[in-house]
Amino acid sequence: MKEFKGRVVAPGTVTAPALVSHGGLNTLASFQKALQFGDKKATCGDQNNPDLYGKEMVGKALCLPMTIGSTTGGLVLYCACAMKRQPACLLFSEHIDSLAAAGSVLASVWLDEVSMPVIDCLGKDFLDYVKDGMSITVKDDGTVVVE
Amino acid sequence: MILTKEQQAILDGSEGEVKAKVMKTLVMYGDTFEADKLVPVTSKYNHLVTSFGLKMMTPVFELMQKLIDAGAISEQQFSVDPRPLDPKVPANFLQKFIFKNFMYSTQESYEQQLKQLGLMDENAFTCACYLDEVGNKPGKGDVLSWAESSAVVYANSVLGARCNRNSGIMDIMGSIAGYVPHFGLLTDEGRRASWIVKVNTTKKPEAQLLGSAIGMKVMEDVPFIEGLDAWLGEELTDEACAYLKDFGAATASNGAVGLYHIENLTPEAKEQGRALIKENAKVYVIDDAELERVQANYPVIWKNPDAAPKLCFVGCPHLSMKQLIDWTEKVEKGLEASGNKKVLIPTVFTTPPAVKAEFEKTEYAARLEKTGVILSSICPLMYMNNPLCAKMPVITCSNKLRTYTTSRYYTEEEILYKITEGGKKA
Repeated sequence: MKEFKGRVVAPGTVTAPALVSHGGLNTLASFQKALQFGDKKATCGDQNNPDLYGKEMVGKALCLPMTIGSTTGGLVLYCACAMKRQPACLLFSEHIDSLAAAGSVLASVWLDEVSMPVIDCLGKDFLDYVKDGMSITVKDDGTVVVE
Repeated sequence: MILTKEQQAILDGSEGEVKAKVMKTLVMYGDTFEADKLVPVTSKYNHLVTSFGLKMMTPVFELMQKLIDAGAISEQQFSVDPRPLDPKVPANFLQKFIFKNFMYSTQESYEQQLKQLGLMDENAFTCACYLDEVGNKPGKGDVLSWAESSAVVYANSVLGARCNRNSGIMDIMGSIAGYVPHFGLLTDEGRRASWIVKVNTTKKPEAQLLGSAIGMKVMEDVPFIEGLDAWLGEELTDEACAYLKDFGAATASNGAVGLYHIENLTPEAKEQGRALIKENAKVYVIDDAELERVQANYPVIWKNPDAAPKLCFVGCPHLSMKQLIDWTEKVEKGLEASGNKKVLIPTVFTTPPAVKAEFEKTEYAARLEKTGVILSSICPLMYMNNPLCAKMPVITCSNKLRTYTTSRYYTEEEILYKITEGGKKA
């Protein structure tokens, strides 16, 4: 068991299994197919991401360095939240990028009853330590417990 | 973040609940990046990334309608990314049926929303809005609230405008409020380079391959690129701008680059030179072997990797007039060399509607048509993103299209050979 402390971007608490991407999450490439064609488990469609490709993202604690790719990224994340196909939480090892931040902010301001805690600045050690399937608990103050 | 009295009043609801939410969105977004203030948007036009009435985007259309109903409309008009449909682009009966009745069933109603929100004109649908024929070309130092990764990186790098990599929806929020948060690529410090890229190739590197390599390496950082001026020259000619358009699109889609500097060529690199480079910048050397390695590592996700291509797209991002003319001549020469009359694979060149209209006034339009190439203003990416098209073996020289779809990437020379079987077999 190990604890990491990050910055709270979107508050909330959750416990969920980890899903880890060591490269950037391309939000459009990852979510588009799932959102368009009714995949309620949001299977990742990004062929360039060997860590996530073909894996289910709904309900997972998505651990990643940043999101990358098309500037539709934020609205795709917003749509995923509106359609309740979002990850349980987003845990960034680095400072959150502008697209993920937009998605997170848009969901908090414009959607009711959406919960997707977002923590950033967890550090490189976090991504080195966490592995797929480990249990992640996110606390209100930005503490992330990995066990 | 320190707000002016006017900004604070809007946030407090002086202009209604919806406008207050718009302001709250921008403030929260800015706070995430420790922005110190909101600064005025100064460009004449905005550019939005969301051009498609894709059914999965229903939550976005609902949000847009809230803005319209509340009269929260921008004073800026805008261009928007390309339309997802064009009857001229090859599709079978089933594909056409699904496009119109399922995937893009909300296209017409969404375009009505865009008109209400301030669309520049009926033909303002392109990712390359900054081309002269389109007319949405910001000036150096202009502050933008744009989205569309390829347009943002071009505006920042080639035109010297200032814009963060805004997401869709956030683009229109900034335009409605008339302000964007001051952070990142809007600041002098945020525009300095933390990577030095040394281009040591023995020939002019393929724009979209070089951009891909750099994007995957530097991700969201700003690279300062040395050695490329040897191939592109020191002036922003039409040819250099077209190269940088394609190069930038690949850096932005294969990574998350929002700004690059090309030594001796792009405006800030010309003015400030190596003073743009941060201390302890990392170094990435690109030679022929590195580009070969990058291309060889692209996954091929066709069910049958040896399948014969059924469609070829050239023009993601949309082609400029110069590129259309060059491609017309190259295809003609390729066909002449092979003895073929028309392209051997159904091929679509994509370009902005305004460029298409100008191109059609030239002799090249008839010459291109004679080769069998279809000229369209469609978004190839949106065309490809469905299970029916995803199963098709489609080839492209766009690294952006490769990244987001099942299409297979080849260099321009390889594409030319495949569609004409003339010229040098790559």
